[in-house]
Amino acid sequence: MNGDYLELTDVRVTFDGFVAVDGVSMTVLQGDLRFLIGPNGAGKTTLVDAITGLVAASGSATFGATQLLNQKVHKIARLGVGRTFQTASVFEELTVLQNLDIAAGAGRGPLTLLRRRSSVPEEVEEALEIIGLGDLRDKQAGVLAHGQKQWLEIGMLLVQNARVLLLDEPVAGMSAHERDETGQLLRRIGAERTVVVVEHDMDFMRSFATSVTVLHAGRVLSEGTVAEVQADPRVQEVYLGRAATTGEVRS
Amino acid sequence: MTTLKDKTESAAPQARVRRKSELPTAIGFIALGLALLVLAPAVLSDFRLALLGRFVCYAIVAVGIGLAWGRGGMLTLGQGVFFGLGAYVMAMHLKLADAGADGVPDFMKLYGSGEVPGWWEPFRSPIVTVVAIVAVPALVAFGLGAAIFRRRVRGAYFAILSQALAAAFAILLVGQQATIGGTNGLNGFKSFFGFNLYDPVNKRMLFYIASATLLLMVLVVWQLYRSRYGELLIAVRDQEERVRFLGYDPANVKIVAYVVAAAMAGIAGALFVPIVGIISPASVGVVPSIAFLIGVAIGGRSTLFGPVVGAIAVAWAQTSLSESFPSFWTYFQGAMFVLVVAFLPRGFAGVGALFNRRKETA
Amino acid sequence: MEALFGQLFAGLSLGSVLLLAALGLALTFGQMGVINMAHGEFMMAGAYTAFVVQGVIADAGIALVVSIPLGFGIGGLLGLLLELTLIHRMYNRPLDTLLVTWGVALILQQVARDVFGAPNVDVRSPSWLSGSVDLGVAEVPASRLFILVLSVVAVGGLALVLTKTPLGRRIRGVVQNRDLAETAGISTRGTDRLTFFIGSGLAGIAGVALTLLGSTGPTLGTNYIVDAFLVVVAGGIGQIKGTVIAAFGLGILQAAFEYSTTASIAKVAVFAVVVVFLQIRPQGIFSIRTRSLA
Repeated sequence: MNGDYLELTDVRVTFDGFVAVDGVSMTVLQGDLRFLIGPNGAGKTTLVDAITGLVAASGSATFGATQLLNQKVHKIARLGVGRTFQTASVFEELTVLQNLDIAAGAGRGPLTLLRRRSSVPEEVEEALEIIGLGDLRDKQAGVLAHGQKQWLEIGMLLVQNARVLLLDEPVAGMSAHERDETGQLLRRIGAERTVVVVEHDMDFMRSFATSVTVLHAGRVLSEGTVAEVQADPRVQEVYLGRAATTGEVRS
Repeated sequence: MTTLKDKTESAAPQARVRRKSELPTAIGFIALGLALLVLAPAVLSDFRLALLGRFVCYAIVAVGIGLAWGRGGMLTLGQGVFFGLGAYVMAMHLKLADAGADGVPDFMKLYGSGEVPGWWEPFRSPIVTVVAIVAVPALVAFGLGAAIFRRRVRGAYFAILSQALAAAFAILLVGQQATIGGTNGLNGFKSFFGFNLYDPVNKRMLFYIASATLLLMVLVVWQLYRSRYGELLIAVRDQEERVRFLGYDPANVKIVAYVVAAAMAGIAGALFVPIVGIISPASVGVVPSIAFLIGVAIGGRSTLFGPVVGAIAVAWAQTSLSESFPSFWTYFQGAMFVLVVAFLPRGFAGVGALFNRRKETA
Repeated sequence: MEALFGQLFAGLSLGSVLLLAALGLALTFGQMGVINMAHGEFMMAGAYTAFVVQGVIADAGIALVVSIPLGFGIGGLLGLLLELTLIHRMYNRPLDTLLVTWGVALILQQVARDVFGAPNVDVRSPSWLSGSVDLGVAEVPASRLFILVLSVVAVGGLALVLTKTPLGRRIRGVVQNRDLAETAGISTRGTDRLTFFIGSGLAGIAGVALTLLGSTGPTLGTNYIVDAFLVVVAGGIGQIKGTVIAAFGLGILQAAFEYSTTASIAKVAVFAVVVVFLQIRPQGIFSIRTRSLA
């Protein structure tokens, strides 16, 4: 199982004749912290939607030997693909612990579900430590700060045992300090997993990306290390030249 | 502001599960049990006790609605259908039992062919009847839930479809004068599994059965609420799509709550028949189906006891007010709907919770 | 041929009544997401408007002509009042609007009962609508033909308002992107009120039309509200076109079922058809915005 990687081949998504993703191919290895950047409307979120089963797509997206495209959302999640959303979506009325426990439990049988939780699962305890919310475990998720909610979501991916993590703008709206914490967190958890980060924050990308894929108009424009991509004149032209600042441009 | 800790800091494993104390719930349950099984029979006349028995039936429906709507977010406007299914199954059995072996229920001789239709026959058996009271509503709910929830029809669309179901069901019943009593419904039951329904002792017994059933249903829902399933149900209610990305099929989670709620309504309907002595389309259509909700809304839709107390209180208020002031009662009922839902969405239980929270922070 | 046409006309006629009842809902529910259970009572108000007008104006024909705009106004004002007092604070809780407006419906029914009495009242049809009209293929009741025409006019008028007037552009703008419309200087509150006024006004017109088919009572609205919502759901939201197709589709279907079975079975069959239809085409019924799941 180790050494599996995410491989996209000629992924295409079309909405009513509009081509949102136009034949994207890329390979993300385990341990790689891949950043997916591109101007608004480049198809970044749509690509993530296709991999996670939210929109229909053609082409192929495999993890290990398993085809992900056009399966049901919850089946793909069970295959080990997890994602977050631009707006943190945690279960606000439930506690941090309950949020994580639900994320850990997709494979539970009916009898386990119909009983009370007798002890905290090991992986939940571990995730609480990793995301640093151990002291807030019994707090309702709704009262968490924005950054903490994002961390909770990442924690949910961890206990979900996701081996491919697709993060949609995880640091949007975070303070500089929180961004840094998040970057460190991604590095730690990324070592054993395949991580793709959709991001607009260039500083954040420069600090933490091990590799970068630039999307433009639904196609891969450039791919390589941060330095390589930044040096690519085509990238400068369509993207960095205009939006090199760190603003959070929401697509 | 918390910061992310390194794993080295991790202290001794603290596999603690902090739980909310269940003592208040246990006390509430015992209080409900004492009120229904000891206090009410001691102080109420036979007439009033039978009335309370009817309200207890409504409360059983309300417990299920609390589960499906309060916890599961499924605004079911069609519980009258399941109530009616349970009630008609029971009523058919009672009619057949009264008619004796191979006998024909009285109304069929009057309006019908004088022969018992084939689909009535199984309900001669008490065992089939008891099983069907739970199974028929549950199966209908399962079929409908599977069709609707899997196609991600939800929210308002689900509410409207469930209401249309109630309308269709009532209309169907009205049209079947010869086989199911039409507008008159089924009535005039003489015995209940061999017990004479005119005997006051047996009427009291029915009250005890209904109350014990209500307590059992509260226990069932209590267990669901405290289980992992209960947490999952809240998650599905608040963020259905998010749950999907965690590897669950939310449709299954919803179907369970919907089916349990339907079964409860069916059981309530079955108990309603011998207690009240009649079941007719007027008790199962659109209007009664929505009326089931008002007690739940007033009591507190997502609490355990709110629906029970709310349903009984509303039914009691209706009985005491509507006879002497029918016009006033309708205004009152309408105003309650408006005021509670618009301004007190958590019901009167919400007021209590607000009070508790103030105390905690003080 | 004549029987077939008769059936078809019965279906179209049923469809036109459904359409009149559902058209306002398509606006308030389809475009604004408000589940207004009191919509049926606004229809009832329209019907009683016709009844009152006839008490003042002796000539049934003139009374009808006066009643239609007046019914629109009365229904619209009731809707506006509802929006101003309750609904505007509940746009984020659509399911709760359903229960709140149900409460309002109960109250309005009781008001009708207290003012006009519980028994039904009758509105006289004008003489030119009491006979039948020969359409060549078959003779059809004039009143039903009138309602069919009225529903087509109402749809046309609404479509015209939505596509051709500044008001319509505002409504569509607010529906498509509330925040953007606000930034563009459109008063979303004002637009909400107007949309609700028009939607409820259409219910008033429907009520006036219904007086031509039968008598008027306090529960007139409850008889139509469920079917009207079913039409909007089957038609898909945000599309007047869908509502029109669904109304006539369900009307024809119901007439056909009624012809071959009984009225009650037909009702159940139509419901089943809608559920099955939603299995095949749930589109427009759910929408997922992926960037934020909230």
